[in-house]
Amino acid sequence: MHETDMTKALIVTIQDWWDAQPERPTIQKVHLIVGAFTCVEPASLQFAFDVQTQGTFLDGSELVIKDIPLVAHCHTCRADYTPDVGSQYACPTCNSPMEDIRSGRELKIDRLECVAA
Amino acid sequence: MERLYKRGPLPPAPLPLAFIPMHQTFDAAIEMNLLHANQRGADHNRAHFDEWGITCINLMSSPGAGKTQLLESTLKGLEPDLNIAVIEGDMTTELDADRLRQYGVPVIAINTGRSCHLDSKMVAGGIHQLQHSHEPTTLDLVVVENVGNLVCPAEFEVGEHAKVALLSVTEGEDKPLKYPVMFREADCLLITKTDLAPYLDVDLDRIEANVRQINPDVAIFRVSAKTGTGLTAWFEWVQQTVMNQTNRLQLTV
Repeated sequence: MHETDMTKALIVTIQDWWDAQPERPTIQKVHLIVGAFTCVEPASLQFAFDVQTQGTFLDGSELVIKDIPLVAHCHTCRADYTPDVGSQYACPTCNSPMEDIRSGRELKIDRLECVAA
Repeated sequence: MERLYKRGPLPPAPLPLAFIPMHQTFDAAIEMNLLHANQRGADHNRAHFDEWGITCINLMSSPGAGKTQLLESTLKGLEPDLNIAVIEGDMTTELDADRLRQYGVPVIAINTGRSCHLDSKMVAGGIHQLQHSHEPTTLDLVVVENVGNLVCPAEFEVGEHAKVALLSVTEGEDKPLKYPVMFREADCLLITKTDLAPYLDVDLDRIEANVRQINPDVAIFRVSAKTGTGLTAWFEWVQQTVMNQTNRLQLTV
């Protein structure tokens, strides 16, 4: 399950931020933004997060994931469209290949809900 | 408190001491990539490669698509013109590394343990080893052979200048559609084991069309490392990539 590694990376990133704080707050919620065109399965991420944060500074924090759909832009049609992930990525109207991705590549820690120490 | 007085019709009574919150809650906007730490490590690795005038290629595919055999042919074909080293990711063994050492090039094996991809930190360890055992400035090309997996290596940069994906003809035409991120990210796709195509119900044009839907600019080569078919075009692509990278560095220095 590669989400284990994703979660490890997530924890390292939050840890870097947390270590840089003059007074270490308690992190209650971690808000993530996860695009549909990434290699991350939100349910697996949730599971891995709960397991891997046990006994760490993130123990008890809640992971909140916001899903972002894949939206591409067709230059020929000058319109956005939603590709059918797993089967069809070209523009459904003119069949141009998927060039610009408007959204769906996000893998972002949006914000942390904290309680001051 | 002043703000509250202005808003309310009546000034609120002062809170009893017990109700005053001891801990204030706040939101910290992070807006940082989930893989920030890995990305920073990858940039650091790339800076090392740039400093030494090395081009780095990240070679990725599912297990058994033929990465190691392709590398064997590539070392044989390019070693006279380019000085190459390999950083080899393998889950538990050194089997692949041993195969490649026969070609007389530096091979650094990284056992990734249970991890299903190489990350920038593991590759940094490999670069360190390479730096101590060989003079890095004499190298032109470092090929990182990633762990066999079509999913996560696509998201974990290791410091490469170009990503190369392999898809063998036995894997089926639909793989690019099912694992789109890998094929979107690739700068070059090698359709491997084409010598087997006559024995299979596989449409190579279909594979290419499926990849092009996702990534119209990718360079695609059909190769067989066994018979040597198509390898020349691949070698030229590698040489061109190294040359472009060298020129880019000379412009920025």
